[in-house]
Amino acid sequence: MTRLDTAYPEVDERPLVALPAPREREIFVATDDQPQNSLAKLGQRFRWPLGIYTTPVAILIIWEILAEVGVLGPTDAPAPSSIFTTAVNLWNQGVLGPDLAISMRRVALGLALGLTVGITAGVLGGLLRSGEYLFNGVMQIFNTIPILAVLPLIIIWFGIDEVPKIIIIAFGAAVPMYLNLFAAIRGVDQRLIEMARTAGVSTGRLVRKVLLPGALPGFLVGLRFSLAFSILGLVAAETVNANSGIGYLITQAQTYLQTNEVFVGLVIYSILGLLADQVVRILERVLLRWRPSYVAK
Amino acid sequence: MSTTINSPFLGLAGVTAHQVVRRFGERTVLDRLDLTIGEEELLVLLGPSGCGKSTLLRLLAGLDRPDGGTIEVPVKRAVVFQGDRLLPWQRVLPNVTLGLRGPDADARGRAVLEEVSLAGREQAWPKELSGGEAQRVALARALVTEPDLILLDEPFAALDAITRLRMHGLVRELRSKHHAAMLLVTHDVDEAIALADRIVVMSQGQIGTSHEVHLSGAERAGSIQREQLRSALLADLGLATSL
Repeated sequence: MTRLDTAYPEVDERPLVALPAPREREIFVATDDQPQNSLAKLGQRFRWPLGIYTTPVAILIIWEILAEVGVLGPTDAPAPSSIFTTAVNLWNQGVLGPDLAISMRRVALGLALGLTVGITAGVLGGLLRSGEYLFNGVMQIFNTIPILAVLPLIIIWFGIDEVPKIIIIAFGAAVPMYLNLFAAIRGVDQRLIEMARTAGVSTGRLVRKVLLPGALPGFLVGLRFSLAFSILGLVAAETVNANSGIGYLITQAQTYLQTNEVFVGLVIYSILGLLADQVVRILERVLLRWRPSYVAK
Repeated sequence: MSTTINSPFLGLAGVTAHQVVRRFGERTVLDRLDLTIGEEELLVLLGPSGCGKSTLLRLLAGLDRPDGGTIEVPVKRAVVFQGDRLLPWQRVLPNVTLGLRGPDADARGRAVLEEVSLAGREQAWPKELSGGEAQRVALARALVTEPDLILLDEPFAALDAITRLRMHGLVRELRSKHHAAMLLVTHDVDEAIALADRIVVMSQGQIGTSHEVHLSGAERAGSIQREQLRSALLADLGLATSL
């Protein structure tokens, strides 16, 4: 029997000259915006069904479970469902509605006063050298004083009725608005101002068509800070001296260890904050249409 | 200091600059410079970067004041800068009519946009325009006020070669409709030859040599005279080629 050995002669095909190592390459093909089948379409839709609320909702669910199981005691952090029930009860008892209305009225008046002062001073300070000398120093000093530190003085001066609360909120709103608006007007592209001057544009039109629109992004940043600080001012004013409003509700609840009610107050404050932020976002979308911005994948 | 005067006796509608001095600290950029531009002349100011040509243009535009000498320019003047300098928050038409007043502003803006072949783009945002389109809007913005002097500061330097050639054609076309003295600042010898009535070369803060250009459109594109002029200009710039 012949034994057939399959040992072929070893072939060494390696070339004598070393080839360069293959370089990494990328291949781009057309992307399909529309997924092919309905299943993929469904998957696309439910990939992030909650959007930016994914994490908050996840936290709520975990919190609820921990509270139900008993890891979190009712005086530490009552379950979200219990907080919700408390809110409904408070509303039905006629406590929450009037308190909320009073708080909103304070914010509205404080914002109206603070934004008027902040915008007027910001525009004058940004446009005029004399305006800068008048307002800039005092606003920079105000900026270094925390709202909470001024509170005792305001109480001594204005007592404990509505006026000091509105002043505190206005103070919180005016300073960031001034600082941002001032910087935004001074930061308008010098080349555009030069162009306007050579195009024979009058000073009034320069302000209306170049300086103020150019300062708009900075104005919106200022508005965002103003709204946030006005709510901070509201909390400060209502927590220290009040007999009505959301802050009063929280303080009272703390006294009687009603953690539920404390959380109701906190939730309301956070909803106010979210609403304020949403308002600025909408304003940005409408007023800054001309500005291309980064779209995240 | 600036004074607005009527100078009918001088009879000069273009530009007169006399013994102009401009210093930045220790450095004298313009050193007793003299320059005149005729009523409807297109003067090209040629020179390398940093020779002071943009400094001179800014003085003529009235953006800066001289440190010595006198400058006389028409009140109605317009500048086209290297960048388009359009207001990003205004659409095309309001950008063009920025310096205009009166009820016919929009109509005039539309007419000039048509001249620069941008009819139909009135409502576009500047960010939607290509580089060449944006620069044409800037040109329209300068033309719409019917100025007596148009100053162009390397207006086509940032454009690609093909678009630049188209813009040269456009400038030649516009000159037949708009009567104004023009000063074009550039470092591009070919651009200078393509457009100029007269080319002056700047050196050491003064006007160096001056070349009148009497060539037809075809001759500017390619001819023996063109090549001779080109060699002469390169020699003036210190870039003489050993042919």
